[in-house]
Amino acid sequence: MAVHDQPGIGPGIQPDPRPGIVIQPPPEIDDRPPGVGLDRTTVFDLEGLAVYYGEFRAVRDVTMQIFKNEITAFIGPSGCGKTTVLRCFNRMHDVTPGARVVGQLRYHTAELYAPHVSATEVRRRIGMVFQKPNPFPKSIYDNVAFGLRSKGIRGRSEVDAIVERSLRSAALWDEVKDRLRASALGLSGGQQQRLCIARTIAVDPEVVLMDEPCSALDPVATARIEELMRELRAAYTIVIVTHNMQQAGRVSDRTAFFTTEVDSKFARRTGTLVEYDTTHNIFAKPRDQRTERYITGRFG
Amino acid sequence: MTDLTDTLAVPLDLRAKRTWRSVKSVIMTGLMTAAVIAVAVPLVAVVVAVVSRGARVVVRGFPAFFIAEIPLVGRRPGPGMGPAILGTLLSTGAATLIAVPLGVLGAVYLNEYGGKRRFARLVRFMSNVMTGVPSIVMGLFIYVTWTLRFGYSAFGGALALGCLMLPVVIGASEQMLRLVPDHLREASYAVGSSKSRTILAVVLPAAMPGIVSGSLLAVARAAGETAPLLFAVGAASAYNPNLFREANTALSIQIFSNATSSFVAAQDRAWGAALTLMLLTFIITLAARVVTARFARRR
Repeated sequence: MAVHDQPGIGPGIQPDPRPGIVIQPPPEIDDRPPGVGLDRTTVFDLEGLAVYYGEFRAVRDVTMQIFKNEITAFIGPSGCGKTTVLRCFNRMHDVTPGARVVGQLRYHTAELYAPHVSATEVRRRIGMVFQKPNPFPKSIYDNVAFGLRSKGIRGRSEVDAIVERSLRSAALWDEVKDRLRASALGLSGGQQQRLCIARTIAVDPEVVLMDEPCSALDPVATARIEELMRELRAAYTIVIVTHNMQQAGRVSDRTAFFTTEVDSKFARRTGTLVEYDTTHNIFAKPRDQRTERYITGRFG
Repeated sequence: MTDLTDTLAVPLDLRAKRTWRSVKSVIMTGLMTAAVIAVAVPLVAVVVAVVSRGARVVVRGFPAFFIAEIPLVGRRPGPGMGPAILGTLLSTGAATLIAVPLGVLGAVYLNEYGGKRRFARLVRFMSNVMTGVPSIVMGLFIYVTWTLRFGYSAFGGALALGCLMLPVVIGASEQMLRLVPDHLREASYAVGSSKSRTILAVVLPAAMPGIVSGSLLAVARAAGETAPLLFAVGAASAYNPNLFREANTALSIQIFSNATSSFVAAQDRAWGAALTLMLLTFIITLAARVVTARFARRR
């Protein structure tokens, strides 16, 4: 039932109590797809995390660890709290009036919701790509360069170089290199989303959060973004929320399944984490019945 | 196999049928057209009246009408509204400089910082109340607090006009800031921008076209105000380029005093001044549109 009954990650791996410490897993259980590094640095360590919107408890009892240079997917039906948990990671709840985060959420060695922590500092390290492509109504160049000023990077040639590198990383450079001064709003939806990814990685974050980045895109654009995510995995830690189970199966190394259940305390539906494991295990041999029912399409 | 076209032997009638709905549609369309005409008639009539009588005066005295000083003796025919044009530009310009920055900053506070806080709600309420204050009351207020102490000046008029413009600018700007979608703010926060940078670099530019046109409506309204200027500006007939000293004048004041004169020459000048004022507001509005359009295209 509860998350605590199951180990949060693959069998045999005990979460290291000291965050930020590299754990060498026994090689026989390493079932990650090729291309993923073997070190398992814990980037986020969540314990008993819950989020309230005013009096309403949107999600409760989330305990999990997210590892460096992996793609972690959050799946589950609507209202199960996937996006809510994702928005904790870069303190995006700060801008939502009434939102409150309780429990432990550690980023490396720092408690993200400690009183002295600056949300701005957090977001420089933890970027976010949103569901709807949301470029600024500025030029393509200015969109990518936007975050650099907050980082104190102003030198013309340096900014130029970063803009080009970011657009190349986002697989957009060849399409826009001749019209960097044109409005970003003239790009197609898929291009806009890749621009948003370029804008995010321009400030060189460690983590990229993606909130259903492909839900507004067609299959071709989706495939490009997924390919891009696999490329970016080498340099970034990616957490993606998706409604699309196939997408989770295709791109992610680990999958967390969330669902809703009636909260006895408030008699309202609240989200919670059901199962968290390698993507292979979640899809091939889920341990929880609800996970199995969801991934086989019998529920949700 | 049967020929499918046979089943369509009877030609399909897709024409609209005369029903009660179609009759209602005709009636409502007629009513709306009538309403549009009813609105347009007074508008066109005003423009026609001002242009037909004003153009004669302005053209006959061109370009002296825009430059020469106002005749001291009302019955003497001939041009002269120069000082009034300058006075209007001075007091309206100064009022804009006072009201627009204050109003935009106030709106930024209300929408981005204040939100539903008690103080913000109070400010918003007071601003709405201020919108309803009659301009003559505002003139009286400035007369008592400023003019009685420092004497007539274009600046006194600017204060009165600024007070009138302020709530309009606040209201229009807050409306425009509220229309800026939250996902733009979130996008800015997500790359590690501070709140102030988000407002300066994302929110304000996105709302700028709306803020400019809202402010311009306020400027155009203020340029035509008469009552507050009567109290604070005085009615000089010579050029007074000094914003802070001595009585000045304005087009609206000259329209008022010349139109109520019994001399035909003065009445003619009033029509000319009316046309000039209309042209002036038209030019200001047009200029702002051009600036806004260029501004919007650049990004």
